[in-house]
Amino acid sequence: MQGFGQGLAFKKIASKRRAVLGRIKMKNITKLGAVSALSLVLGASAAFAENIKIAFIDPLSGPFASTGTNGLHQFEFAADYMVNAKGGLLGGDQMEIVAFDNKISPKESLIQLQVAIDQGIRYIAQGNSSGVANALTEAVDKHNKRNPDSRVLFLNYAAVDPALTNEKCNFWHFRFDANADIKMDALTDVIAQDEGIKKVYLIGQDYSFGKAVAAAANKMLGEKRPDIEIVGDELHPIGKVKDFTPYARKIVSSGADAVITGNWGADMLGLGKSVIENGFTGPIYTYYAAGSGITGAFGESGKGRIRLISQGGINPIATDEARATYEAFEAKYPEGNIDQSRIFNVIGMLAEAITEAGTATDVVAVASKLEGMEYDSMWGGKIFMRPQDHQAIQDMHVGVHTNEGLDFDYDNSGFGVLTESTVEMASMDSPTTCEMKRP
Amino acid sequence: MDLILVNLIDGLVTGLLLFMLSAGLTLIFSMMGVLNFAHASFYMLGAYFAYQISLALGFWMGLLIAPIVVGVLGAGVERYGLRRVHQYGHVPELIFTFGLALLIEEMVQFIWGKNQMAYSVPEVLNFTAFAISGNSIPAYKIFMIFISVAIFIGLLYILTKTRVGMIIQAALSYPRTVEALGHNVPLIFMGVFGVGTALAGLAGVIAGPVLGTFPGMAFVLGSIVFVTIVIGGLGSLWGALVASLLIGWITTFAKSYNIEMEDVLNAIGISTPENLSDSVFRDFWSLTSPQIADILPYILMVLILIFRPAGLFGKRQS
Repeated sequence: MQGFGQGLAFKKIASKRRAVLGRIKMKNITKLGAVSALSLVLGASAAFAENIKIAFIDPLSGPFASTGTNGLHQFEFAADYMVNAKGGLLGGDQMEIVAFDNKISPKESLIQLQVAIDQGIRYIAQGNSSGVANALTEAVDKHNKRNPDSRVLFLNYAAVDPALTNEKCNFWHFRFDANADIKMDALTDVIAQDEGIKKVYLIGQDYSFGKAVAAAANKMLGEKRPDIEIVGDELHPIGKVKDFTPYARKIVSSGADAVITGNWGADMLGLGKSVIENGFTGPIYTYYAAGSGITGAFGESGKGRIRLISQGGINPIATDEARATYEAFEAKYPEGNIDQSRIFNVIGMLAEAITEAGTATDVVAVASKLEGMEYDSMWGGKIFMRPQDHQAIQDMHVGVHTNEGLDFDYDNSGFGVLTESTVEMASMDSPTTCEMKRP
Repeated sequence: MDLILVNLIDGLVTGLLLFMLSAGLTLIFSMMGVLNFAHASFYMLGAYFAYQISLALGFWMGLLIAPIVVGVLGAGVERYGLRRVHQYGHVPELIFTFGLALLIEEMVQFIWGKNQMAYSVPEVLNFTAFAISGNSIPAYKIFMIFISVAIFIGLLYILTKTRVGMIIQAALSYPRTVEALGHNVPLIFMGVFGVGTALAGLAGVIAGPVLGTFPGMAFVLGSIVFVTIVIGGLGSLWGALVASLLIGWITTFAKSYNIEMEDVLNAIGISTPENLSDSVFRDFWSLTSPQIADILPYILMVLILIFRPAGLFGKRQS
């Protein structure tokens, strides 16, 4: 009995000792790991010193991860396919996309911006959430004022709050997507032609973009169709609503003929599904109800019901070049979609500006070339970067969710967005309050 | 008036769904003292498994198999994970379940990607059951109500009327004594954990087609489940039911009616300040009920904790 007890005690000590030894070993290993990782990073940055880096700051985790990740894939593909595969820029420099996860938080984005700047990156791409874009454009402006040696450009590919090219505009910010006002202008043109629509319900996410959409819809419908009654004007918390049924009930009982929403990501799918399931029979006009699994999840239920405003050019496919590009993209990402074709315009226009400027490090020179650029997009039409506010002017298309007559579907679902009507160079002469200060 | 009836049904669906999640969690919490942060992750797993199975074998097989798979996984987590961590106290357990939640989310994204899954209502149930003045009630919602009520009755029967239930209840309060009487308490723990996670999985299976199947679905529902069991009282099945329904109805009604803060304050005798647009309380005065609907359960939880810390139906005062 005694011996057994002793043996147990000894075992205990031995195991303790092993644990301690293990811990010491572990420490060494982590240290070693850190050192080797560091040397790898140093080695890597030395080897690719000539790369033109673009920091992609968008949500790669959380409720909007799919939107962010799909954007990242399109950026990476566009850079490889349009630039690197064709020999790079400025005699061989490769374009490289560096991803940063901002968890859709403005605070986190500013930290990531600083990390990107510290890594010597000169181009920042961001798009998801105007809240983030507002924070970034301000931070970029301040940074560029204080640090003329390490200035950066902000390539905004999807944040559409009009303020970004109006009262909050600055020389460093370029928007490649049409802003909420331009989109609403085109959308209301289409709605105004539909005599059957007498009552409209507005619903959106409760932040700057959702509010901008509601304000634009109120103003423009009032101008174009004063007889249309706005029967609901509502905002819901962004990314937090579990079940949209109560909202759908209100929409149905308001007697609305059409719904307009700027929702995106999980909020778009949740709202759309709920509205359709609970008995609404009219069209739903949206900004972002396509791709990232949304088209697939809507499937048959959304057919002919969901309409969306975008730069389109996918169905029917605009050019042979676009067709080849899309096919190459599908070969690389069989599960992916080109649902943000403007990303290819961002890369194309940036590449052209860098080539014309003859430098990638002097961002003032690059920005000056981007200003006023007229770019022939493979997705059809021209893109004109308006110099007075850095807002890209382009053709806008209103399409419908369907499974007929498509060149390319989304989410391998057989469903996609087919263009129904087009507004050429939408809002070319729209006013801006921007007072651009050039360096 | 019609809308009230519709909202009652909608709130019932939301509440019952919440109940299926919180029933398992409240049992697990009261038995092991473990706040299972990964509970909502098992809900997500249920939806994804059912989606995958439905592709091959149809919705109904998914409904049958997915909860069982989730339950077995849950039991495995208890047997090989939690039980080992248990001896080091509650903090490591908390950290373990928290880590597990993150791990499951990453795994789901790794296997299925970050996109929405096209997991949808089966054809048989894809019609309007009935309509109340233009508001259609989908048949699937009625189906959800039936499933959850059946689960509740089944659970209640097992816990109060059967021998197994009595042992579980005894093990809840006096695990040492039950063990001394010759029952295998660790096995009971494993069983309860397995059944609890299977319920969460089942909730995922039937909620996936309506609320969307995407990697963020656990995150969206995660915190509200804890609120439910705190309001209901830990370990009480009735409490979980009442709290779930309460939360379902409160949030549904708050979202359906635009009650403005101004009206509420005026009604209780506080008049609107004259220069409202300059007032520091401007945002407070212009609040509407849909805006605060999702924080109402949290306010309720704080009130419960102040005035009745054991929860509505809670017995233990620990």
